[in-house]
This record gives sequence, C-alpha cells and structure tokens, in this order.
Amino acid sequence: MAAVTATPVKATPPRRLIGKYVQPAAFLIVGLLVPTIVTNVPAFEDRWLPLTTMVLCAIFVLFTLGLNIVVGYAGLLDLGYVAFFLFGAYTAAWLMSDFFFQIDPGIHIWSAAVPTAPGINISFWIVLPIAALVAAIAGVIIGAPTLRLKSDYLALVTLGFGEILPQVFRNGESIKGFNLSNGTKGIAPVNAIDMYWLSWTGVVDDKINVFDYTTRYYVIFALCLLFVLVSIRLRDGKLGRAWLAIREDELAASLMGVPLMRTKLWAYGVGAAAGGIGGAFYCVSLGGVNVDTFNFQFSVIVLCMVILGGMANVYGCILGAVILTWVNYTGMKEIGNAINNTFGTTIEMPHYQFLIFGFVLVLMMLFRRDGILPAARQKQSRAVDEQIEKIGTEEVPA
Amino acid sequence: MSSTTQAVRAGGREWNATNITGSALLVVVAAWVLWNFIDAPTQTLQVMILGLCNGALYALIALGYTLVYGIIELINFAHGDLFMLGSIFAAVMIADVFGQETSNPAGWLAFAITFPLAMAFCGSINVAVDQLAYRRLRKAPKLAPLITAVGVSFIFQNIGILWNGSAPKSRNSVLPSGGLNIGAISIPWTYLFTLGITIPLLMVLTYIVQKTRQGKAMRATAQDPDASRLMGINTNRTIAFTFALGGAMAGAAAIMYLQTNGTTRYDAGFQLGLIAFTAAVLGGVGNLTGAVLGGLLIGLIQGLNDGAPHGLGQEWSQSVVFTILILLMVFRPAGILGSQTMEKV
Repeated sequence: MAAVTATPVKATPPRRLIGKYVQPAAFLIVGLLVPTIVTNVPAFEDRWLPLTTMVLCAIFVLFTLGLNIVVGYAGLLDLGYVAFFLFGAYTAAWLMSDFFFQIDPGIHIWSAAVPTAPGINISFWIVLPIAALVAAIAGVIIGAPTLRLKSDYLALVTLGFGEILPQVFRNGESIKGFNLSNGTKGIAPVNAIDMYWLSWTGVVDDKINVFDYTTRYYVIFALCLLFVLVSIRLRDGKLGRAWLAIREDELAASLMGVPLMRTKLWAYGVGAAAGGIGGAFYCVSLGGVNVDTFNFQFSVIVLCMVILGGMANVYGCILGAVILTWVNYTGMKEIGNAINNTFGTTIEMPHYQFLIFGFVLVLMMLFRRDGILPAARQKQSRAVDEQIEKIGTEEVPA
Repeated sequence: MSSTTQAVRAGGREWNATNITGSALLVVVAAWVLWNFIDAPTQTLQVMILGLCNGALYALIALGYTLVYGIIELINFAHGDLFMLGSIFAAVMIADVFGQETSNPAGWLAFAITFPLAMAFCGSINVAVDQLAYRRLRKAPKLAPLITAVGVSFIFQNIGILWNGSAPKSRNSVLPSGGLNIGAISIPWTYLFTLGITIPLLMVLTYIVQKTRQGKAMRATAQDPDASRLMGINTNRTIAFTFALGGAMAGAAAIMYLQTNGTTRYDAGFQLGLIAFTAAVLGGVGNLTGAVLGGLLIGLIQGLNDGAPHGLGQEWSQSVVFTILILLMVFRPAGILGSQTMEKV
C-alpha cells in the first residue's frame, strides 16, 4: 500500500459544476417545459413523444429513484421491487374504489367519487402517504429476516417475494371466502385524482379527467421532484453516508459503529415508499389494477434503468428510466416504422425488443459499466483501481 | 444475534430459537405428508413418484447453476433460457430434421441421435456466451456479470420467440407411451426414462469433478482462482469447461422435458430456471450432490402440493416453492448439505 500513497492518485477533477448545477437545471427545465412543447408540435405529440409515454416515463423515474436507494446507495441487490409497486397499486385500488361494496354507505373523505358510491373513497392525496407507508412496512417486513444474508442470497429471497406476492393476489379472489384482490379480473374503475384544493385557482378542474394527461404529468413530475430532493438530501446526510459505507464494506462499516440492520432497513423502507407512491399513481392513472402487470420482468427492467443510467447517481437514474421507458413504449415501434418507411422494409421492430434490450445491457456492462452518467464517487474509485493495477507493470528506471 | 449468545449446547448441537423454529417447521411438513398418505395412499404415492421424476429434471438444470456458481459465483440467469433453447432445438431436430412424430424404432433412433446433439448445442452456446461476455467481467464487481446474464437471458428469450413463435407449440413424444403399472400406481415410461438417464449422467459428472485432472482444476479454481493460476492451471479454460458441462446438463434436461411435457414455449426457461435455482440453493449452492438432492426434494414437494389430496393445488405451486426458499434462507442459509462457512475477512 505504500506505493499507492507514494504516488498520489490523480483522479479526474470533480466536475462539481455539472453535478451541482447543470444536471438539476437540465432536469427541471426539460421536465417542466417538454409537455408544453410536445403538445404544440403535432408530429411529436402523436408519434415520437406522446404524453401517455411521458407520464409512464415519470412513473418509472420514481421507481428507479426508489430502487436506486436500495441498490445504488446501500448496495443491496433487490430483484423483487415489483412487490412494492404491487402494494402501492393495490392500496390505492382498495382505498379509492367501490371494491369493498359491502361498506354501504361508503366512506368518503374529499374523494372525487360520486357521494353516493359505496366502498372506501379517500382522497388521492391522503392515499399517497398511506400507500407509501404500506409499501415501506412491507419492505421492512420483507427485509427484516433477509438482510443478514449475503448479496446473492438476498437477491434470491427478494426475487422469491416478488414471485409469491403476485401469485397471492392472482389467486386472491377467494381466500377463505374473502375477496382480497378480485383475482385476474383486477380492480377497476378507480376514482380519479381529486384536485379540489387547487381548483379554486382555475388552473385545474375538480378532478383530473381521463384524457387530461398534461395535469397528470405535472402531478407525477412533482412527486418525482420530491423524491429527487429526498434522494439527494438523504445521500448527503448521516443516513446516506452510512449506506455508502455499508455498500463499500459492510464489516468496516459495522466496526465504525454503523448499525447495520437499522441502516439497511431504512434503505428498504425509503426505497419501498417510492415504489408504493409510484404504484398508487400508476393505479389511479390507469384507472385500475391488473395483476398481470406485476411480474419479474418489471423488477428487472427497473434494475436495468438504475444500472444503465448510472448507479447511485440520481440524474443518471432519471436518464436511464426515461430512455428505457421511452424505448419500451414508443421508441421501438416508431424507430421500426421510420426504418420501414425509409428503406421500404417490413421489419417488425417490436418483435426484436428484448433482443435489442438484451444486447444493450450486455454491451453496457462490457464497455461502460458505470452507466451513462456515472456517480462521481464511482469514477474516483475506478481511477484508484486503475492506478493500483498499474503498479508493478511499470518499468523500473535504471 | 442475541439468540446465538443465549444458545445452549445440547448433544454437540447448538439449540437456539432459529434452530427450534426450523425443526418445528420440518415436523409440521412431515405431519402434513403423513396426513396425505393416510388419507389417500395410492394417490399420494403416485404424485410422489411423478414429482421425483420431475425433480430429476430440476436436478439436471440445477447442476448447471451450481457448477457455474461454484466456480465464479455468478447466478447465471440465462441458464433457464438456455434450457428452453435446448428444448426447441431438440423438438426441431426430431420433428423437422428427422421427421419423427410417433414412437417407433426410427423415432427412437432420432431421439438417440438428438440427445448428444442437444447436449453439445447447449454446452457450446454456454461456452460461447462465457467467452464473449462473462470472461471480460471476471474482475468486475459482482453486479456486472449478473446484469450481463439478465441481458443474455433476454436475448435467448427473444431468439426463442423468433424460433418457436410466441405461443406454445405441442410436440409429440417419440418415446413409448403408456407406463409401468405397480398395483394402482402407474408411472409413464418417459418419466422412468428420465430417471434412468439422469442417474448415469450424474455419476459421470461426479466422476469428472471428483476423479479427473480437469475436475481437480475445477475445484482448485473454485477455491482460489489466483492461486490456481500460479499453480499453472489455465483458469479460463477450466471455467469454459465448467460452462460446457453445465450447458450439457441443461441440454439433457431439455430433451427429456420435451419428451415428458410435449410442449415447447419460449418462456418455459424462466419458471423452470427459477425453480431449478431454488433447488440448487436448497441443496447448498456449489455442492453437486446438494443440487441433485434439492432438485428431487423440490420436485417431490411440488408434486405433493399439486396433486396430493390436501395440497394447495397447482395455482399455488410457485408460492410454495418460493416460501420454501425464503424459509430456508432464514433458517439455514447454507442449504441442506452446504457447510456453514466463516465469512472471509
């Protein structure tokens, strides 16, 4: 190690300016302005960047930020993130519809539903924290017995939960006669997002209508913004430093007095809360839940977004989420159409979706492992690694 | 950790809260099996035997996981999909190349020729992927090869869709139909055949790993790649050989799956792969005998759950398997046969 200290590592100068101002500013400006631009350019709105896709992009940004806390910050590989998505979505479906029609007259708290509707109808804005809480509790319950496992085993157990929960909800039409989830039929319709608290300004209606994607986009964008702030503040705070310490070396961290279990559970809880919020919004945005949405592919794709964008870097994660969601829902189809129109071919691009997806993943891992926007810390430690590897290969001066 | 400090030593074994709960769970499961058996002996025996034969398939796939995990600590997510490609390959060879649809001597011959071909097919694909992708990531953080494996799995699935179509295709078995009847229990010939092929394969594999020079190199590389290299072992070739062995096992499982289940589908690998990996972990990942034992056990439990009178039924199959996995991870993370090793510091 003496050799390392003797030749101080020249890490690439930290591009603080970009990290501190340019990326957040770009995120804010693009996030706020794009919908306005897009809606005014028909070619964009119809084909290349429909608002529906943008809403989905923002939802996935939320998921990605949540998973980033678990995987990127705390270094706990979670392959069952779908579980939190599921809890959020079903919480919203339970609390914002006439699913529990046995409750008649229904419970109404500032809801957008018809006042006579049965069931539990609670305002979306109250459901959001409830969904976050339910998901966070689920995260802690899943995490508690498993967090003492090593990384690969942890991945496997979370994967197990991610497989069991959807099956429980799929078969949940009659558990001892109780209809938990309406099985494969799903729960629909779900109440719209109520906007009474803002409608007095005249900017929005009392609730968000089915086709009002612009307002919906701004709601989810605000949630994303909130979570970006949470992510960054947490990362720079005591808890975030503890997470990074655990990620780098669990043993060293515990020797330094980091309470392993509590710190890891916090990571799970916060990450799960983002999943719960995203799930609740997804459910309300689509107007219902369908159990087929919740599969292993979802967990993997969100993980890919984290890794593709740049693990542990908030803006990298956002970029990864936006790119992959766009490719999934719009890009593949439109690029295929464009190629076909230009060259007169009849390639069905969407048929090759997973092929291309897979190749992108493999190539990224081979050639740009830290993602599109690597975290500053990652870059530095890579520089140190390279320096260490050079030691001994250098020629000894005569 | 407080339970460990309160542990009392009784009869050379540590008894603590975790151990006692784990043992209690085992007793409950045993009681449940017994209850099924008393209620409907023949049905229970029947599903147990069928479950065991399915378990043999899981064992073959689990071996591929365990071999690779044992040597480079990679959960090879693409392994299940490799198995799926193998089953499509076998189906195409038997039905389209040899044109055999029924059980007759020509069909048996086609099967006999396809069998080693399927093994070679899966083995070589596995080696190719290792050399093209995983090899470059040997020194990377653990997450990198894992994500690569996920990517490869996507690629394989897409190839499966293009090759086999997105809907499942049914294929006729070229092995004799009917089965062996012992009293009220009947075992299809294909299942017996699966068992009959699995056992010699396992013996050959054990021989290779335990007795040959190459096997010794494998074990050495698994223990410490750097030291093995210093001892003159070509670790890269050894790892490639391990991938070939694992792939060949998947190929054998694929053709037997084709004969017993009679369908090819592009997403078959996903579910089976997960179950097989559970089996590998159940037995203690990295442990060959453990993988086989785990596969048979999972098959048995799944058979009982799906078919026994007091089972939960097929729609809960997946949940049962993964509940076992989670309980096992909590109570005995090293698996049935794995030894509790100290964390390397």
